[in-house]
Amino acid sequence: MKYKSQKVAYWFFGLCMLLFALQIVYGFIMGFARIGWDGLHNVIPFNTARAVHTNLLVVWLLTGFMGAAYYIIPEEAQRELVSVKLAYVQLISLALVGVAAIVGYHFNHWEGRKFLEIPRELDYLVVVNVLLFLGLILATLFKGKRKTTTALVLTMGLVFAALLYLPGMIWFDSQVMDSFFRWWVVHLWVEGVWELIMGGILSYLLIKLTGVDREVIEKWLYVIVGLTFLSGLLGTGHHYYYIGVNKIWLIVGGIFSALEPLAFLGMALFAVYMYRKGEKSHPNKIALFWTIGASIVSFIGAGLLGFAHTLPQTNIYTHGTLVTAMHGHYAFWGAYAMIVLAIISYALPNVTGRKRYDKTSGHMAFWLSNIGMLGMTVAFGVAGVAQVYMERKMKMEFMEVQNEISIHFVVLLLCATLFATGILLYILEFIKYGRPTDEALEVKSY
Amino acid sequence: MLSKSQARAFFLGGTVVTFLIFIGLTIYSFQPKNDQTNHHQIDANVIRGKQIWEANNCMGCHTILGEGGYYAPELTKVIERRGEGYVKAVLQSPIPWGPRGRKMVKYEMNDEDTEAVIAYLKWIGNIDLNGFERVVSPLAKDKE
Ligand code: HEM
Ligand code: HEM
Ligand SMILES: [Fe+2]
Repeated sequence: MKYKSQKVAYWFFGLCMLLFALQIVYGFIMGFARIGWDGLHNVIPFNTARAVHTNLLVVWLLTGFMGAAYYIIPEEAQRELVSVKLAYVQLISLALVGVAAIVGYHFNHWEGRKFLEIPRELDYLVVVNVLLFLGLILATLFKGKRKTTTALVLTMGLVFAALLYLPGMIWFDSQVMDSFFRWWVVHLWVEGVWELIMGGILSYLLIKLTGVDREVIEKWLYVIVGLTFLSGLLGTGHHYYYIGVNKIWLIVGGIFSALEPLAFLGMALFAVYMYRKGEKSHPNKIALFWTIGASIVSFIGAGLLGFAHTLPQTNIYTHGTLVTAMHGHYAFWGAYAMIVLAIISYALPNVTGRKRYDKTSGHMAFWLSNIGMLGMTVAFGVAGVAQVYMERKMKMEFMEVQNEISIHFVVLLLCATLFATGILLYILEFIKYGRPTDEALEVKSY
Repeated sequence: MLSKSQARAFFLGGTVVTFLIFIGLTIYSFQPKNDQTNHHQIDANVIRGKQIWEANNCMGCHTILGEGGYYAPELTKVIERRGEGYVKAVLQSPIPWGPRGRKMVKYEMNDEDTEAVIAYLKWIGNIDLNGFERVVSPLAKDKE
């Protein structure tokens, strides 16, 4: 750690761990409900559990991105954050808004739009909170000694992500328009601007971990984010095939979304190639595993599994089935969860001064969670394909099919247990690192 | 070899061009002549139905137009499949509806709200979905 204010990141990462743990609890509630163990139905019905599970996911990832920015931007800009106090204010208000939203979901208080369930009055608070965050980051960047491409791409991703929250706040009388603009948020986030955030963090980590020349890394970063927008913007069309808008999207969405995996392939090749090329061997092996892992798993989860149902001819059968849930899990895990876990693994030794670089429990956390998540993906996938055949080809009743495939959710729960064990180990490691210390400032942080 | 400034130009150029096409296609899609939704049929009752649909997060379990949770049946064509009477019974049921074991939330809706939800679902059921309406499960008219 070079700058004292980078310590703020630690508390953001702490909030991440807490919200992530809760997200998993609600995942289990849904998994059990699906095999008939729905004892909590009266208190936490499935729609509550689902809203909590997915919103906590989005909030902990955003918290992680913010923590990453508070850690990376001072170092890239070569100065302290403009205000540490305001950064803590931002953290606490973020946590409060998040808790208010989650509590509300248990009392039927929400907006009822998938992924954008946060009720309107809290939306405004989110906007204020994010403006404060962006203000701090932008001020630090512009007052800084240098403006690197890595910092610019990361900041651009954060600014666009904030702007794209706005189309989700417009009310439409038509369900079709509602859904159309909901995708401006959901799709353009995960297959657009969040990839800039991921690319920025990845680039920073590769510079630090491999020692390859910054100019080379940043050149390829531009190519990757170029591919992202080139394919991802018009690729939004893959959500417009069957919701009641013009057929033109079948062609446009089909072609451009089929190109989207290229950006993720670019990310994977980028990371692996830089790792091979690098002369420096950084001692933080755990961070290296998460970094390279994120680039590869995101290619499989988002690129390959996304491609598997993105052509209109396939999507007409898989649209709105468990096949989507399969892809949703592995894509979010590989691209965004793993990159946040990577930056946390990299930053912790530097802010606490404890070099738990290569501990067995850290490696176990990586492998257990990854094997568990892969198993969950397969379970969702098998259930999804079976569902598509029975329901959409053989025209069986929905609930009849659900009873046939419930066995796959037993497998899902077993794999989820493995996954949760890995994450538990990760969180225990986080706790063992202890609090940030100012002595860490003197430790050389590579 | 590609230089860094060429790489940046590729990023900026590609983004601007595809963004403009995207906005153009969006405007094209919402021109009245391209409407596939019977937009003029959205009346006060349909709007009220949509508000009830959202206030209760029905989408948290069911899909509509193929979007939502995967826990409960797809509802795009539910009126055609089950009829109004059945849907009314589900919404007004005094115990959590669940003839096959999996439970729905108990809403005990009044007649007015029930009518609104049915009006909304009827409007949904008439949208031209580019062929998806014939695939989405299990469409009564495709069953021999
Ligand atoms: C990290 C990147 C990605 C993430 C986190 C992600 C996540 C998701 C999620 C959560 C959904 C469900 C959304 C909803 O129903 O509201 C979804 C749907 C979808 N994704 Fe992705 N995705 C990513 C990348 C991709 C890519 C690159 C492709 C194509 C090559 C793709 C293709 C699709 C398709 C076609 C659907 C619609 C499925 C349906 O019709 O039900 N995704 N994605
Ligand atoms: C113990 C672990 C987990 C379990 C048991 C679990 C289970 C579930 C279940 C049952 C659903 C609802 C599917 C439906 O509508 O029927 C769901 C949705 C979802 N979960 Fe998880 N989950 C877990 C962890 C995660 C993690 C770690 C992530 C992200 C990295 C994640 C991301 C999502 C997403 C994006 C959705 C929405 C998918 C869609 O609508 O297509 N889950 N999860
Ligand atoms: Fe998408």
